[in-house]
Amino acid sequence: MYDKDSLREKAAKAAHKKAAIGPDIDLDEFQRSPVEHEYLDDERLLKISEEEKRQFLMAGVDVSKKERMGTYLQMDTSVVHCDTKQEGIEVIPIKTALEKYDWVQDYYWKLASADQDKYTASAALDLHNGYVIRALPGVKTVYPIQACLYIGKEGLQQNVHNIIIAEEDSELHIITGCSTSPHLKKGIHVGISEFFIKKNAKISFTMIHNWAEDMMVRPRSVAQVEENGLFLNNYICMKPVRSLQMYPTTHLVGDNAVARLYSIIVGSPESEYDVGGRVFLKKPGNKAEIVARTISNGGRIISRGHLIGEVPDIKAHLECKGLILKGGLIYAVPELEGHADGVEMSHEAAVGKIAQEEIFYLMSRGMDEEEATSTIVRGFLNVDIPGLPPQLKAEVDKAIELSDKDVM
Amino acid sequence: MLLIEDLQVELAGNIILKHIDLEIKPGETHVLFGPNGSGKTSLLMTIMGYPQYRITNGRIVFKGVDITEKPINERARLGVGMSYQRPPTINGLKTRQMVQFCSSREIDVDELARRVNFNNLLDRDVNSGFSGGEIKRSELLQLMAQDADLLLFDEPESGVDMENISLVGNTIATLLQKDCEAIQNKSRLQQKRERTKMGLIITHTGYILDYIPVDKGQVLYEGVLSCSTNPREILQCISDFGYEECVRCTIKTH
Repeated sequence: MYDKDSLREKAAKAAHKKAAIGPDIDLDEFQRSPVEHEYLDDERLLKISEEEKRQFLMAGVDVSKKERMGTYLQMDTSVVHCDTKQEGIEVIPIKTALEKYDWVQDYYWKLASADQDKYTASAALDLHNGYVIRALPGVKTVYPIQACLYIGKEGLQQNVHNIIIAEEDSELHIITGCSTSPHLKKGIHVGISEFFIKKNAKISFTMIHNWAEDMMVRPRSVAQVEENGLFLNNYICMKPVRSLQMYPTTHLVGDNAVARLYSIIVGSPESEYDVGGRVFLKKPGNKAEIVARTISNGGRIISRGHLIGEVPDIKAHLECKGLILKGGLIYAVPELEGHADGVEMSHEAAVGKIAQEEIFYLMSRGMDEEEATSTIVRGFLNVDIPGLPPQLKAEVDKAIELSDKDVM
Repeated sequence: MLLIEDLQVELAGNIILKHIDLEIKPGETHVLFGPNGSGKTSLLMTIMGYPQYRITNGRIVFKGVDITEKPINERARLGVGMSYQRPPTINGLKTRQMVQFCSSREIDVDELARRVNFNNLLDRDVNSGFSGGEIKRSELLQLMAQDADLLLFDEPESGVDMENISLVGNTIATLLQKDCEAIQNKSRLQQKRERTKMGLIITHTGYILDYIPVDKGQVLYEGVLSCSTNPREILQCISDFGYEECVRCTIKTH
């Protein structure tokens, strides 16, 4: 159980601590004071403007809630919708959860550290809200749970903290998006996420980012996977952002635990993405895979990956592939660290252009050069994700397709 | 009809094809022999329109249209199709989608795939990890969907096992309208006269000749088309005396 005062004290000390990587942000330029929004029931949720609906949809959130087992929507600092349709699946705003339920205290700031940097510190000191999603033992979701964190207020610093728990033998699929008002100029999103995947449990977490041109984004995520557990993490960002930096960490702490991290990033001009994944393989039979596909259309993309094999009989693979289409930078930083005999670790990194040979091949089947190029680019982004339910695969495809039009 | 006149082609500054004259009439299939590096594939790539093969002289006319300067896709639309020997892998593009793209109309991809025993590979990425035989069948499947009028085959039998060679051979025969079936109201000769498809096949072994009646054989040697006669005779001559001798003897007799 966490202690409120010592947490505050710890965080306060790190209030000005710069992050290890990524451009430094002056948080004093943003406001953190609460922005109230009315709660929207099902009926009113359907009546939001088409523009807002589209923003939600591009972040994977369907306000009709069809084929969704639960929903959490937060606008600025307020929860505007939160419910669940399935027995054994809990979706609770974290502030409510911290007040009402003792068990939440055992997870809050358990994996992430409040004093990691000024962003974690700020989220600890000035929490707006966030969600707790939990699958009780043995409960499996048929359809995903959707969550969206939306920013509409100019100049806001949104501080959220999410906790996701899959109890033993459970299965949880989450599709979550971050989005902003199309008119938003300046803002920063700080998001702490802690994932607990217990024995024989499975979480698939698909995150779609849909930011605005001048947004600063600093997510801080840590996951822990127990025996035979599976953590499947998909990240998609095809929209401009001023600066996004995240380096989520996963700890495989039980035998045969598996983590698979996939990310698809399309970098727009004037945007900077510093994105990666780090997995610690601590027990025999652990497997990890990090796959990144990046395209630069003039943006700067740093694609990191770090695999740490601490014991024998682990298997890990890292794959960073980048295409530079319209200038910009792709900097692939793959790191492998083997600490014992018998680790099996590999990486594959490539930064390049579309092969002329492939374009000509498609042209000889009748496509013009432009069609051939976009077909190849779409194929490049079409990563097969083993274990992802078809329904979510369709969501990923839809997100890519929706952004496709803007990108290519 | 395909008509090539006095064609000269350069690749990376080197002349690789010289004074090529070639005429393939509707319904005809020609086979192209020649040692490695003699320019056979280059000739096919030039007809298909690969821009790195720079045409410095002569012209290519297909169906009455001068295609010498036309880009690859326009040639494909006019009806030129190619079965590649080593096509590139297209990651993330399923063979099923590719086959659909090849056709300008709605087609039943599964039904087409059944004909070349390809159904269980349709959902694999195009050419990704395909064996030699699988690549050939994938290429044939795409050509079937494309329904081209001039079909260029680059060594269609290489890397294909004995069991699949008849499948490949018979499929090519069908594509080239060479498999005359007994039809009640038309004689086989009539059918033969009505053929429109044209073929140009590169082969080293000649195995493919067992399945496809070929009208003419051509030998390409050091960038020059040196012989044009009965394909079986050429094959016999090459296997008995080698290319050099074969080319010498035919030049003398002409």
